[in-house]
Amino acid sequence: MDKSGKKDRRDFLFTASYTLGAIGLGATAWPFIHQMNPDGSVKALASTEVDLSSIQPGKSITVLWRGKPVFIKRRTPEEIAEAKKVKLEELKHPEKDEDRVKKDEWLVMLGVCTHLGCVPLSDKGEYNGWFCPCHGSHYDTSGRIRKGPAPTNMEIPKYEFVDSNTIKIG
Amino acid sequence: MKTYMSKNNFIISFFLAFLLSPFNLYGSDTKLIKVDWSFDGMTGKFDRSSLQRGYQVYNEVCSSCHSMRLLSYRNLGEKGGPEFSIEQVKAIAANFEVQDGPNEEGEMFSRPGRPSDKFVSPYPNIQAASAANGGAYPPDMSVLAKSRKGGANYMYSLLMGYDDPPSGFKLEEGVHYNKYMDGNKIKMAKPLLEGSVTYADGTSATEAQMAKDVTTFLTWASEPHLEARHKTGVRTIIFLIILTILVYLSMKRLWSRIDSEQ
Amino acid sequence: MSQDNHVPSSKFGKWFNDRLPLLTLSSHLREYPTPKNLNYWWTFGAILTFCLITQIVTGVVLGMHYVAHADMAFESIEHIMRDVNYGWLLRYIHANGASMFFLAVYIHIFRALFYGSYKSPREVIWIIGMLIYILMMATAFMGYVLPWGQMSFWGATVITNLFSAVPLVGECITTWLWGGYAVGNPTLTRFFSLHYLLPFIILGLVILHIWALHVPGNNNPVGIEIKKPSKDTVPFHPYITIKDLFALLLFLIIFSGFIFFSPNILGHPDNYIPANPLVTPTHIVPEWYLLPFYAILRSVPDKLGGVLLLFASLFILIALPWLDRSKVRSAIFRPIYKNFFWLLILDVLVLGYMGAMPAEGVYLLIARIATGYYFLHFLIILPLLSSVEKTDPVPMSISEPVLK
Repeated sequence: MDKSGKKDRRDFLFTASYTLGAIGLGATAWPFIHQMNPDGSVKALASTEVDLSSIQPGKSITVLWRGKPVFIKRRTPEEIAEAKKVKLEELKHPEKDEDRVKKDEWLVMLGVCTHLGCVPLSDKGEYNGWFCPCHGSHYDTSGRIRKGPAPTNMEIPKYEFVDSNTIKIG
Repeated sequence: MKTYMSKNNFIISFFLAFLLSPFNLYGSDTKLIKVDWSFDGMTGKFDRSSLQRGYQVYNEVCSSCHSMRLLSYRNLGEKGGPEFSIEQVKAIAANFEVQDGPNEEGEMFSRPGRPSDKFVSPYPNIQAASAANGGAYPPDMSVLAKSRKGGANYMYSLLMGYDDPPSGFKLEEGVHYNKYMDGNKIKMAKPLLEGSVTYADGTSATEAQMAKDVTTFLTWASEPHLEARHKTGVRTIIFLIILTILVYLSMKRLWSRIDSEQ
Repeated sequence: MSQDNHVPSSKFGKWFNDRLPLLTLSSHLREYPTPKNLNYWWTFGAILTFCLITQIVTGVVLGMHYVAHADMAFESIEHIMRDVNYGWLLRYIHANGASMFFLAVYIHIFRALFYGSYKSPREVIWIIGMLIYILMMATAFMGYVLPWGQMSFWGATVITNLFSAVPLVGECITTWLWGGYAVGNPTLTRFFSLHYLLPFIILGLVILHIWALHVPGNNNPVGIEIKKPSKDTVPFHPYITIKDLFALLLFLIIFSGFIFFSPNILGHPDNYIPANPLVTPTHIVPEWYLLPFYAILRSVPDKLGGVLLLFASLFILIALPWLDRSKVRSAIFRPIYKNFFWLLILDVLVLGYMGAMPAEGVYLLIARIATGYYFLHFLIILPLLSSVEKTDPVPMSISEPVLK
């Protein structure tokens, strides 16, 4: 009886030591892993505010956000109408224009071709939108892929209107 | 056989004392004013309102000559610091003009500051700063508290240490007497005078109060993670002590087999 | 070795082990017969291994954020301290880890001095150990330059300038080291490269150090050879592993005390001032663990003389197994040597203290006396003791009752 009691106490001691040791190792490992995650200075630039007031209708600007280009285009009524007219069946990646913009006039999207990552050229291509010279993808006035090897429409980042003249991306 | 153990202890304590005692041989031997700082000790924390007042002193008095180029405005809102709200931080940052660019025309331009920007410096470079201050460079304050022996007590003492020079002490033009400065000569005029700042929180801005607040702020600026460091330290050492006891008992249990096999 | 015929329990284990005998190695390490009378001074080998791994791991992650360029180094370290997740912790572990590494290595070396662990047949272990120590000093010196503070820059200037003392080619060597006409960016970038490299060479030497140890086996506090097989030994695992772990935990408590509550106490405030080639700090001092050598260096007014004496002080240590020829290993049975051992420790502490003082007046005098005594100990006292010391009788075995 005494021997098994002693053995239980010994096992508990060893088990407790191993457990606490394992917790300690885990707690020690975490900083080494977490230091590779984005640091404070990178996270500070995680969102960018953009002033839209100087953009004329039909014009677009490109801003750098999280190291990537973001196209902000102030669409003309014609471009908006053209975007809305397109039937979903014609799209490789079906998306309604309304689902891609918060305000019809403003198209905000990542200027990165979804094929292999080049930056498409504006006001080019057969669909009055963008054309990627790398492998010939054509995007329409809503930034949707219409012709060429790109599989999906240009990505819409998270953004919101801080006021009527300013958006915050990210 | 045991005598060498007690000699051991002597050697070890001598060694530790030698290691841990500050090398009090450079700089002025005048004893510093010792303040009971809230951030001292193993569980020390910063006084939030003191930090905010200290920032006000830095901003309104010191920043005209002293840069703090390694800090960003967003640091003023981060945990463990003055903890201004995000709106306050944005407002503070927007007060400053920051150089950006080049724009599409290839020109540099100015824009209001953002939280992600580094603190704007009063001078474009060290040479300009020295030239504008009689040849003496007003040191950057980002790590000032760690770059002076005595840390917070030294900075506080210096701020409070302006006095008339003893008779016969020669002071050049533009140089002031300070009890705690190395060599007792300092180019900086006494920066804090009663009422130099009108505190936003209504605290009376005496010299000692401003000195205390700005020193607290400067200590935080040098050690923004001090509170996290203390907290993690206490937990780590408690954890280690418990684990040490458990391992010690395990070791004794294990070795009892050997010792009993004699 | 009896563990050479270890048979792995699993089929995969046997297949793998036949091709690369790692399991045999592991079995050897676990079973390795270790004297059962080892005291806590023997735990510092394991502690040192832990220190080396800690420095390598923290160093590698710090290297992911540090920028080795004179214009950005200081700032990049502040970026680590402020912005990188847990950067402050990694930096303080690395900086204080260097001090703890040297604290442990000094205890380890003085253990060897006291118990005669450097004596035949362990001379090669001792020499490899000395090589590790020299590489540690080189690594630490270069590491301290990387923050590019005032002490980084001026410490580098003082020490690299020493090489100009070499006759004829001195200037050439110094320029070659600098990569320029003074310490500057080229110096910094190459120091970063070498600082990253050397620890892995140290790691290789540590493996050789342990390998060389496993040939004769460990020394022990009474210094007598243990004939194998012996009931005076225990298998390394679990008896020694757990003892090493316990000692390591105590070490970690002290280490944590520094990291979390006094992370800058062993450093110099001047290194938080960015390097300025036009302004020299009032007193240039290396980190504490290099102070004794700094004192020896400065005790000679002649530059070349100081350098030669510095190298001599290291070389003399390497030559120790041939300077001390006493047949008795452990100082426990060498009553006269024991006293000189403590005197040596006092001498080294005095040298260290003097290294931190300005090299003038009474400090310089004491440094010279202490330097002289250091060489006296190794060159005169030890060889003399080898022949004239009357040693106490040594027990027949470890298990034999303790002699009164």
